[in-house]
Order: sequence, then C-alpha cells, then structure tokens
Amino acid sequence: MIEIEALTKQYGAATVVDRVSISIASGSITVIVGTSGSGKSTLLRMINRLVEPTSGRVLINGRDTTAEPAHVLRRRIGYAIQGHGLFPHRTVAENIATVPRLLGWEAARTRARVEELLKIFQLDPDGFAGKFPHQLSGGQQQRVGVARAFAAEPTVLLMDEPFGALDPIIRAKAQDDLRDIQGRFGTTIVLVTHDIDEAFRLGDRVAVMSQGQVLQYDRPAALLTRPADPFISRLTGTGDRAMKLLSLTTAGEAAEAGEAEGPTVASAATLRDVLSDLLWSGAPAASVLRADGTPCGRLTLERILAHGRPR
Amino acid sequence: MMKTWAGRHSIDRLGALLSLVGAVSLVFLPFVVFKANRIVPGDARSLSQILALAAVLALYVILALVASTALFLRSARSRLAAALIGVAAVTLTLGAAGDALTPLGNQVVRVSPGTGFWIVLICLGLMATDAITRMRPGPGIRVLFLLVFAASAAAALASGFFDHLSVMREYEVNASRFTREARQHVFLALGSVTAAVLFAVPIGILCHRVPRLRAGTLGTLNLIQTIPSIALFGILMAPLGALAAAAPFLSDIGIRGIGTAPAVLALFLYSLLPVVANTMVGLGRVSPATVDAARGMGLTSWQVLTDIELILAFPVILTGIRIVLVQNIGLATVAALIGAGGLGVFVFQGINQTAIDLVLLGALPIVALGFSCAVLLDALVEAIQRSAR
Repeated sequence: MIEIEALTKQYGAATVVDRVSISIASGSITVIVGTSGSGKSTLLRMINRLVEPTSGRVLINGRDTTAEPAHVLRRRIGYAIQGHGLFPHRTVAENIATVPRLLGWEAARTRARVEELLKIFQLDPDGFAGKFPHQLSGGQQQRVGVARAFAAEPTVLLMDEPFGALDPIIRAKAQDDLRDIQGRFGTTIVLVTHDIDEAFRLGDRVAVMSQGQVLQYDRPAALLTRPADPFISRLTGTGDRAMKLLSLTTAGEAAEAGEAEGPTVASAATLRDVLSDLLWSGAPAASVLRADGTPCGRLTLERILAHGRPR
Repeated sequence: MMKTWAGRHSIDRLGALLSLVGAVSLVFLPFVVFKANRIVPGDARSLSQILALAAVLALYVILALVASTALFLRSARSRLAAALIGVAAVTLTLGAAGDALTPLGNQVVRVSPGTGFWIVLICLGLMATDAITRMRPGPGIRVLFLLVFAASAAAALASGFFDHLSVMREYEVNASRFTREARQHVFLALGSVTAAVLFAVPIGILCHRVPRLRAGTLGTLNLIQTIPSIALFGILMAPLGALAAAAPFLSDIGIRGIGTAPAVLALFLYSLLPVVANTMVGLGRVSPATVDAARGMGLTSWQVLTDIELILAFPVILTGIRIVLVQNIGLATVAALIGAGGLGVFVFQGINQTAIDLVLLGALPIVALGFSCAVLLDALVEAIQRSAR
C-alpha cells in the first residue's frame, strides 16, 4: 500500500506537482499517464526521493519514506527507466546483482537469484550472464534493466517509460511479460508513460495527470465511460473508444454458459480480438476455451457488443 | 601489358618519397662531421672518404634493397623488417666511421653524425612506424615493440661499438652527472604530474557537479597555460624567494626562489588544465540514464562517483594524464635555467659552449623518454577501453 498525501513539488515559482493525493493498492499496477511536462515523472521520482517533495508525504505500508536515509529507502524499491541505464562496464549478471550486493546478500543467494531472473526474462543464463550490455539487442538490454529492478525482491517497483525505446512488437511482448511477472511476484508497480494504450494494457488503475494535478484516478474502463474532464476524452480519443473498451475485457470474463458452433477463442483473448474473429469468419458466436483446453462457455456477437457500450 | 604490371606492382607513395629523400641525403649531405677538438667548427666527410670501398658498397646495396621494399612490397612485416635492417646498417656504419676517424688512443677528436645520417635515419624511422601502423598491433604488442627497441638500443650503446662518437664521448666525461640529472628530470616530470593529478581530478569532479564553477576555473587555468614557461619560472621566483626569506625552515626543506620548488610548481600549474578538462569531459560523457539508474537503485553519492562515474571516465582522464606527462618531460628541460637540474643542464651548457654534442646528450634522452611514455600510456588507455566499454 502506497499512500501519497498532498504531495507537492515547486521549482522556484513553478509548481510541477500540485497537491496530489492517491492511494495505491498492494499487488496492483498503477499507471500514471500524461503529456510531457505534466509532472508524472516528478511524481514518480518523489516516491523513492530522487526528487525531494516541497510538501506532503509518502507512506509505504504505513511508514513515512523520510524515516530512513534516501539510499536505504531506494534499495527496497525497484527502479527501471527508459533506455535501461545499464552499467556499461559491468556484465549482465553484475548489473542484475547490483542491489543484492548493496544489501550484502550472500554470494550464493545472489547467484541463484540472478539465474532465476535471467530464466524468467527468457535470457539463457549460460549465454547471457557474462555478456556486456553493448553485446545485447535493445530488447534484451531492456529485459536486463527490468530484471535488475526485480533483483532484490522489492515489494514496490517504480518504472519510468520502461518500454519507451522499444519498437511496437517487442514493446507489446515486454508489456505482456511484465504483467505475468508482476502476477507471479505480487509486486506493487507504479509505471509512468505518455502512451494511453500502454496505460490501458497494463494498468489496474490509471492516474491521468495534467499540469501537475491528477485529473482522474480510476479503472481504465471508467476513464472511457465516465471521463472526469474533457482532457481525458481527448487523451483516450473518442473515435475508437468502444473498441478500446472491448479490449479491456477478456473472453473468459465475458463468456456465458453454453456452446457455440463458431470459431474457438482463448479465454485470455480480449473481446476486441474475439469480435474481429467473428467478423472475419462470419459466425454469430465463438466458443471460449481455457488455457488447458477445457471449455468455459460461449460468446455471442450480441453479448460482445453489449460490452462496448457505456453502462 | 603496362597496365597489368602497374596493377600488380603499384608503387607505394610514401615509400617513393622516403627513398628519394634518403638517397639524395646519402649522396649529397655529409654522413659524419669530423672535428679536431670539441669546439672548433667541424668539416663534413662523406663515406667514401672514410671507409673501405667494399663497406660503402655493402651499405649502398642494403639501402637499395630497403628502398625497393619500401617501393614495391605491401606486406607490413617485410617493410618493418627492411626498415630495421636499414637502421642497423646505417648505425653500424656510423660506429665504424667513428672508429676509422679516431686515431688510436686519441681523446680529443670528435666524430658526430652528419645531416645525411640523421635524414636517412628519420626516413627509416618513418618507414618503420608506418609499417607498425599498418600492422594495427594491439596495446600489448606495441609495448613489446617498445621494449625490444629500448633493449636493442641499450645493448648497442653498452657494446662500446659507438664509444668513439662524440655524444658518447660527452657521456663518458659526464657519466656520474648524467645519471643524477636524468633521475632529477624524471622526478621533475613525474612529481609534478602526480601532484597535479591529485589536485586536478577533484577539481574536475567539483566542476562537473557544480556547473557554476566551470567558466571561472577553466578560464584561470587557460590563462596559466598561456604564460611562457620561462616567464612562469621567473614569476614564481619572487614569491617563493620571499617565502623562504620569511620562513627559513621552508628553505631548509628545499622551498626556495630557485631550484626544484619553483620548477615543480610551474610544471604542476601547467598540468592542471588538461587533467581538469579531461576529468570534466570524461564525467560529462557518462550517460545520464546510467547515473539516474545508479542513484535510483540506492547507490550513495560516493558510490555513484567511485563505482560508476570515475570508472567510466577513466580512459579520458588517463588521456589527459598522458598529455601532461609527455608535455612535462619536454618542459622540464627549461627547469635547468632556474637551477632545478634535469637533462636540460646538458642542453643549456652545450648551447653556451657551442658544443652541439653536449646538447644532444641532453636532448636525445628527453625525446626517447617522451616517446616511450607516449607509447606506454596510449597502450594503457587502449587496453582499458578494450576491457571496459
């Protein structure tokens, strides 16, 4: 649980973050989205005190972040940024081991953790542990950067545009992987992005920032169906908002009992994808299968379309 | 037909230039200069006047083969070998000429290398360095080359074969002083650079962290750099002299208006700018994302500096140190003028006595020292850059 209370940052006369109060549930992904200069990065950097607030405070699990020296606080909080920020003079394994080493972990425990993370991030430990960052592709560097942030088993992870430098296909994969790994470790993630699609894809909750203030802090669907401010409608776009809404629900969540003749779809697929399948095949309904292949119901066109309307 | 021949045997341009210059120098310029004693003007001698015809012909044949290698062969190894054989041939000939011109047991006559010898030697040296450059040797190999060259030169000088040459005569007379002044020279150069690094790196770090300080600091150091060395030595004499007069214990530990203290201080001041500037540039080149990630993960300010920034900036800082070390080995020559000693002693004594051989006794080791330090530190910088990118 992270509680941000009336957090403010002023540089001279300019107020970059203006009395922001939000509360972030443990084990969730919260995305802070906004245009450049909206104060989103500053807000994130005040959580681990890379930026010291002018006023207000941050509590992590009830404890004020100013209760300990900043560098001690930061070692408990994961941190990943755009352009990965890997140390060019250290190997992949040494990079990932940075925080465990700072915390004085035993060598064997550190080594085991590095190996575990490399496997989770689909990097073969034998091939990659001894490589230097400049020997990796952009996607691999970024994965090492995120693996490094997870290294010391932090309960909270801060990410500033972590996928900003990746091309669209690798980015989508990296986003899916992050969701999986977050679910596995139960980490509380706060992620900053300017990309509203990324916010919808990753966020359990999304905070929209503009001019230093949080305009709305809500579930993604609510930003589409009940925007608190015209700025939010502009940010989310109104042209394809029904399709965006469909992409927020999975087939498994929307399925009803019964069977269908049409195509089969995975329960993890979004309604947007199922709708596309049905349009393409001309079938009126699809049967939904779980990952293990057992049926979990059916989806009719009508039922899908109902999910695309604000309720 | 012509075209194919030219295609297969195209003439090397540098080789053509060096061969031409070398051949002209060998034929028209004096190979050695003979003097009846140390200070009378010498008269030029060509080789055919000194050595047996067979020896002269042998030298010409060897040099002709070296020249044709320079003209037609592409293999860098062959070119290097040919150049080194040429160097051996001309230096051995010089030693033989020294023997031939010196009557047995005569300690008064002087035999010096003439302009012809020097130009041929320079041509061969250029051919050798060009060949080494074409071989693109790694840092380790370059240091190995340097060691082999230094060992060969030392062995040649120790063999006694060149003892009749004027420079070696001057060395013989000044042997004990030579060792002392050489050591003093190295002390002046290394001591001032060491002191400068201890001050300049922290100043560079400070300027990197506090941008407000940059303009003023660099301006001041730039100003010092523009003062001619003689003038800076002079400027320092007055305050250090006054200091020593006011506090006699300082003078007891060597801090006086003349001597080692003002020399080291002046060389120290000259060394500051390159090291400060390179420290700043090196730190400035470290990616901001790397530093941000380091801070964000909980490295302390000191850890960010020592574990990340300084390590990544080190090759650039070392390049600055190389610049000042080579610069100070040269500048330390002038320190002889204010009584600080060093190899400059021989240079200025030689100038005063119009004894060019004594000048060479000081100047040649300074050049060799500067060159060796440049090769060593360049190799070190490259080795570090290779291991840590």
